[in-house]
Amino acid sequence: MWPTVLIASGAAFALKFLGYVVPQRYFDTPLARTITLLIPVALLSALIGLWTFVDGNHIAVDARAVGLLAALIALLLRAPFLVVIIAAAATAAIVRALGLLP
Amino acid sequence: MTDRRAIVGDAVALGLGTGVYALSFGALSVASGLSMWQTQALSLLMFTGASQFALIAVVASGGSAAVAIATSTLIGTRNSFYGFAMAPVLRPRGLTRFVAAQATIDESTGMAARYEEDRASARLAFWSTAAAIYVLWNLGTLIGALGAGLVDDPNTFGLDAAAPAAFLALVWPRLTSWPMRTVAIVSLVAAVALAPFLPAGLPVLLAGAGGIVVGLVLGIRAGEE
Repeated sequence: MWPTVLIASGAAFALKFLGYVVPQRYFDTPLARTITLLIPVALLSALIGLWTFVDGNHIAVDARAVGLLAALIALLLRAPFLVVIIAAAATAAIVRALGLLP
Repeated sequence: MTDRRAIVGDAVALGLGTGVYALSFGALSVASGLSMWQTQALSLLMFTGASQFALIAVVASGGSAAVAIATSTLIGTRNSFYGFAMAPVLRPRGLTRFVAAQATIDESTGMAARYEEDRASARLAFWSTAAAIYVLWNLGTLIGALGAGLVDDPNTFGLDAAAPAAFLALVWPRLTSWPMRTVAIVSLVAAVALAPFLPAGLPVLLAGAGGIVVGLVLGIRAGEE
């Protein structure tokens, strides 16, 4: 197991480092700046979808979806970060405890 | 510059939220068959949550080492793009480049991205978020790994809902215009729709690429969003 842990960790670092050594000047265009602006929004949104509505390799609507809804409501009410996260986790836990959704 | 204390406060709050999620990582990792030290090594060295979860998921399902490494690496490719986006903001030199690289994760990049026109705030947001999360992610991992045998399923406490909520909170300040909201919705829906058909890692990259194309088509431009 150790080789797996260490090789995967090394690869993860190499990918992170790569972003800092690619010459910026090749990409210093309005288009590249717009794309770098869009990258976090697009990738984080994709991850939100996967971690909320996907279980293994199939689509699932479960307590996580209700948790995300709670987070959305907390954000609309301008709640701080920690409140948003706790609201989501607590809501998902309650939904499961009540047996409403898996 | 935005209030420094507010930025650091947000960073610590996000760190605490991530720490909650780390509890579930530590517990699930040990349950997957990794030792406590291997679990801790992932949080210390890999330090990118999605890849860590992907690796232990493959191990838990009996997948080979090659598949575990490939899956976690594929999911980590987005960090290259984050690094590229952060390089002109941080402008790290020498050894700092290595530290900046290790600190480049969803949360640090996402927090910095909230201050597009204010480089000093973006830098503070990046470094304070990375520091808070590094400490609390590892602490959470340790506690989760130690407590692994105490609870049947950490998700009973809704810990698996914490990460998507944290990410929603990260992108939230960017979702002020309809084109940007459309990018987020398209990326989210595309990732979910692709997930049943593609190996882990590819849906997030393809959906993200699709969302970026949609953003360009809708006329989003840097600096005038």
